[in-house]
Amino acid sequence: MITAERKPLEELIECLKPYRRILLAGCNECVTVCAAGGRKEVGILSSALNMHFMKEGKPLEIKEITLERQCDPEYLEQLAPQMDQVDAVLSMACGCGVQEVARRFKETPVFPALNTKFMGASERPGMWAERCQGCGDCVLGSTGGVCPISRCSKQLLNGPCGGSTLGKCEVNPDIDCAWQLIWDRLKALGKTELYEENLPAKDWRPGRGAGPRKILREDLAS
Amino acid sequence: MKTESTLEKILASGHLAVTSECGPPRGAQPQKVREKAEMLRGVVDGVNVTDNQTAMVRMSSLAACIIIRQMGLNPILQMVSRDRNRLAMQSDIIGAYSHGIDTMLCLSGDHPKFGDHPMAAGVHDIDSVQMVEMVKNMRQEGRFQGGEKIDGPPQMFIGAAANPFADPFELRVARLAKKVKAGVDFIQTQCIYNVDKFEKWMQGVRDRGLHEQVYILAGITPMKSVGMARYMKNKVPGMDVPDELVKRMGGVPKEKQAEEGIKICLETIERLKGVEGVRGFHLMAIEWEHKVPEIVERAGLLPRPVEQANPQVGTGNA
Ligand code: SF4
Ligand code: SF4
Repeated sequence: MITAERKPLEELIECLKPYRRILLAGCNECVTVCAAGGRKEVGILSSALNMHFMKEGKPLEIKEITLERQCDPEYLEQLAPQMDQVDAVLSMACGCGVQEVARRFKETPVFPALNTKFMGASERPGMWAERCQGCGDCVLGSTGGVCPISRCSKQLLNGPCGGSTLGKCEVNPDIDCAWQLIWDRLKALGKTELYEENLPAKDWRPGRGAGPRKILREDLAS
Repeated sequence: MKTESTLEKILASGHLAVTSECGPPRGAQPQKVREKAEMLRGVVDGVNVTDNQTAMVRMSSLAACIIIRQMGLNPILQMVSRDRNRLAMQSDIIGAYSHGIDTMLCLSGDHPKFGDHPMAAGVHDIDSVQMVEMVKNMRQEGRFQGGEKIDGPPQMFIGAAANPFADPFELRVARLAKKVKAGVDFIQTQCIYNVDKFEKWMQGVRDRGLHEQVYILAGITPMKSVGMARYMKNKVPGMDVPDELVKRMGGVPKEKQAEEGIKICLETIERLKGVEGVRGFHLMAIEWEHKVPEIVERAGLLPRPVEQANPQVGTGNA
């Protein structure tokens, strides 16, 4: 999933200052799972903002709404009836959702309430870690199901580097060395010979190398 | 012989090779490069010129290599995959070779986090193994990495690093094998303090016959003080300094520690001379370059077998 963290309250207060009527829009997908921008977080942020602007003597009018998916035009329509009653949208979706709001509602300013971080998974309750950079040409089959592009600090396709220490990355002892993980997994699979094959220099075009990407499925396109 | 490299000639003739390094200055001070390199004249067969070492900005390795080449010495161009994509690498390699620089070292480089621009993005377009393969194909096939033909392919003698002390240890011989497969000609190892562990690694290297496919230069760094020994032990990732060595350094008075450090390094060299597959030494005397001549001399590695390159020959397309 896509992970995100809420921006500091002060930053949000700063960008809302010129406005009085706010639509605070959460999203029910990834950002709900990583507890950054779901219904619950919409409620919490709404009270915090209310409290602040009340104290300042300039109360805000905040409408709360949480869409099934902000990155989907179909669900986005639910915002339409609200738009002429608000001065700005504060979106608690990931960067994709924020942009879809901006694309659909051209006349209303939209601000991101979150910092979108990475595509990742939950390692344990309350912790998410990066897993994929969307390189567009997955090599997990040769690396024991551990991604060297997103999980090795130097993106080595033929690691480990000389800094790997007791399973940890030289960059930070909180980071597992991706190549230790790859090696352990290849051993567990009895496939250590895969390590001996040199992975060739990557063609970055399927990734960001050829500019912003699109997927077109003729069978679904109407 | 694959190249015109002096280092290759010496290694191929069976002599123990000696290389050392010169870290370029953090400013436009060409005289600093000359001073450091001058100390190494007649003492080593090649001078590694580091590439933004420890992720700190310095004079470019290429520029410092040219200065050293013009002095008639043999620079070894270091290149890290952190700072350049494949276009920049290949153009610099062609540029280096056009200035008579015929030996290089392919590295991944320290992470930006360790340097003075921790906010910088690492490039990591290709890794060090892929870089070795790219430079080999430039030489052997006369082709760019992208596939097109090169008019006047650079003939680089290709080096890479190996760290026998990083984890997982059982993978360290296999990682070397990957570099050999990619086409590396010589290896300079991480500084060796734990000689037992190094010998164990070399055993693994010989078991796979890799010592017959690549020249291995053992990395040696003299310790100046017990403080440095402790720092290397605790702070430098992938460095293995046994407790006995720290104790030994600490066991002598402060003013004698430098000499003790040199003694340790001479003992290490002596012991490594007897290890099958060790084809020379790479002396990294960090900010202590003036000690290199003394160490090489006391280690019985003087005189060097081949005369230094002719300063007039600077085109490299011989
Ligand atoms: S190899 Fe590419 S697609 Fe596969 S997990 Fe890594 S970044 Fe994602
Ligand atoms: S220590 Fe491991 S994860 Fe970190 S940069 Fe080196 S190989 Fe990659």
